[in-house]
Amino acid sequence: MSNRTSVSRDETHPRTDRILRVLLPLLMLALGMAIWELVVRLNDVPPYVLPAPSLVFATLIHDWGILSASLFVTLATTLEGFALAVVGGVGLALIFNQSRLIEYSLYPYAVILQVTPIVAIAPLLLIYLPQQAAVLACAWIVAFFPVLANTTLGLNSIDHNLADLFRLYGASRVQVLWQLKVPAALPYILGGLKIAGGLSLIGAVVAEIAAGSAGAGSGLAYRIAESGYRLNIPRMFAALLLLSIAGIVIFFTLSLISHLLLRRWHESAVVREI
Amino acid sequence: MSALSSGPPIVALRKVGKAFASGVVALDRFDFDVHPGEFVSVLGPSGCGKSTALRIIAGLSEPTAGTVAWSQGQGADAENSRGIGFVFQEPTLMPWATVAANVRLPLKLRGLIAKAQPRVDAALVRVGLSGFSGSYPRELSGGMKMRASIARALVTEPRLLLMDEPFAALDEITRFRLNNDLLALWQSLGKTVVFVTHSVFESVYLSQRIIIMTPRPGRVFAELAIEAPYPRDERFRTSADYAGYCRRVSEALTRATAEAGAA
Repeated sequence: MSNRTSVSRDETHPRTDRILRVLLPLLMLALGMAIWELVVRLNDVPPYVLPAPSLVFATLIHDWGILSASLFVTLATTLEGFALAVVGGVGLALIFNQSRLIEYSLYPYAVILQVTPIVAIAPLLLIYLPQQAAVLACAWIVAFFPVLANTTLGLNSIDHNLADLFRLYGASRVQVLWQLKVPAALPYILGGLKIAGGLSLIGAVVAEIAAGSAGAGSGLAYRIAESGYRLNIPRMFAALLLLSIAGIVIFFTLSLISHLLLRRWHESAVVREI
Repeated sequence: MSALSSGPPIVALRKVGKAFASGVVALDRFDFDVHPGEFVSVLGPSGCGKSTALRIIAGLSEPTAGTVAWSQGQGADAENSRGIGFVFQEPTLMPWATVAANVRLPLKLRGLIAKAQPRVDAALVRVGLSGFSGSYPRELSGGMKMRASIARALVTEPRLLLMDEPFAALDEITRFRLNNDLLALWQSLGKTVVFVTHSVFESVYLSQRIIIMTPRPGRVFAELAIEAPYPRDERFRTSADYAGYCRRVSEALTRATAEAGAA
């Protein structure tokens, strides 16, 4: 009986399957929103307790001027932090790979930076750095470690026979690095980037929250904190919605880049026909 | 056969020993000559050090005892590596590169990229992969991957081709075809081939000479000449001669294993 079920699962038309994968989550979203809207309206819940989805959308449109400017600030910080994390993480991993002594000297501190909660570091950074630099530093600290760890793993995961082959033909260190280690590490690096993209957004938000009303910041997280003090709950939800969408867009962009780079050769990107 | 033994060996291993840091002695007083133009197989059970011997010839591993001497013109280390092609047990292709780019690799690493294309094309034609230069390794079957690997080993026109159980992971039908194609390549190109295998049947079918090794520590137990004429084909594979050689080699291998067990 269960056997028959699994067969019919496999026989589902791939296009139908793809449509279902997009359609079903959207359906669930619509259902959730409808229930939310109904609960708020039927119980007359005041907007400062829980705003209805319709009010959140209205706020999003009405406050678009302020919110879009804040979105731009947060996105800029996130992208800068992400870019620095990629350069720093990949660069440091390459240096570690070339020199064991440097790796032994610095790697523990990279781990310490990673395991110390960023929420606890952010206030200190805000004391010693200008606010914009502190926010950027937070985004970088959170995002660079997954890039470093994944790249290191990738650079060490080379096929030993291929390494022997390079040795047989007298390859230089530089040739081994760029023609063997880096391509072999690429899937790992891209995996690290996918994690780092989301984390740099989190880092930026944490720093903005820590800076809070004291700072002159104008990012989305600052808007959330500010709206909270003013009990402008609909705007908090609108800003939160924008943050989620930003995170989703970052994730899918990085997934797409990864797919385009790996689709010809890596197992993870290959669609198998059963 | 007389032409075989006349010239000085391309490479001569004398009392070569290899002990690993773990204490495992892979080779012990291993003597082995490779003569120009010959097809010689090194046969032994798994773990007898035959792959280690091949790696020592290739310069991928240093012996802990004994000497490896190259004939004139192959003296310098750089010259040695230039004259060697190596085929691993796995196809060992770069998955991110096309078949053509994989075959081009040895030339690229030596900075010979300018004149590479015709040589890459020629190597692919030789192994019957000319239509697949733009394919990626994962798009090829196991046998085709191994062909690409052989093309890569041939692209530098090496004097000596070292093969480490290259067909062990393939199915029998594919292995027979690659055996035939390898023999045809050997006859047309005049290379010297050292072929490591644990298959009695494969070694008899391919070789002029078979070195039978004892289990760890690896040593030469016996040497047998297979005097059947080339070209060899399916008729040879089903002949009484072939069966007779297989029996003799098989018996020698059994004695080699038993002797080590008794020692």
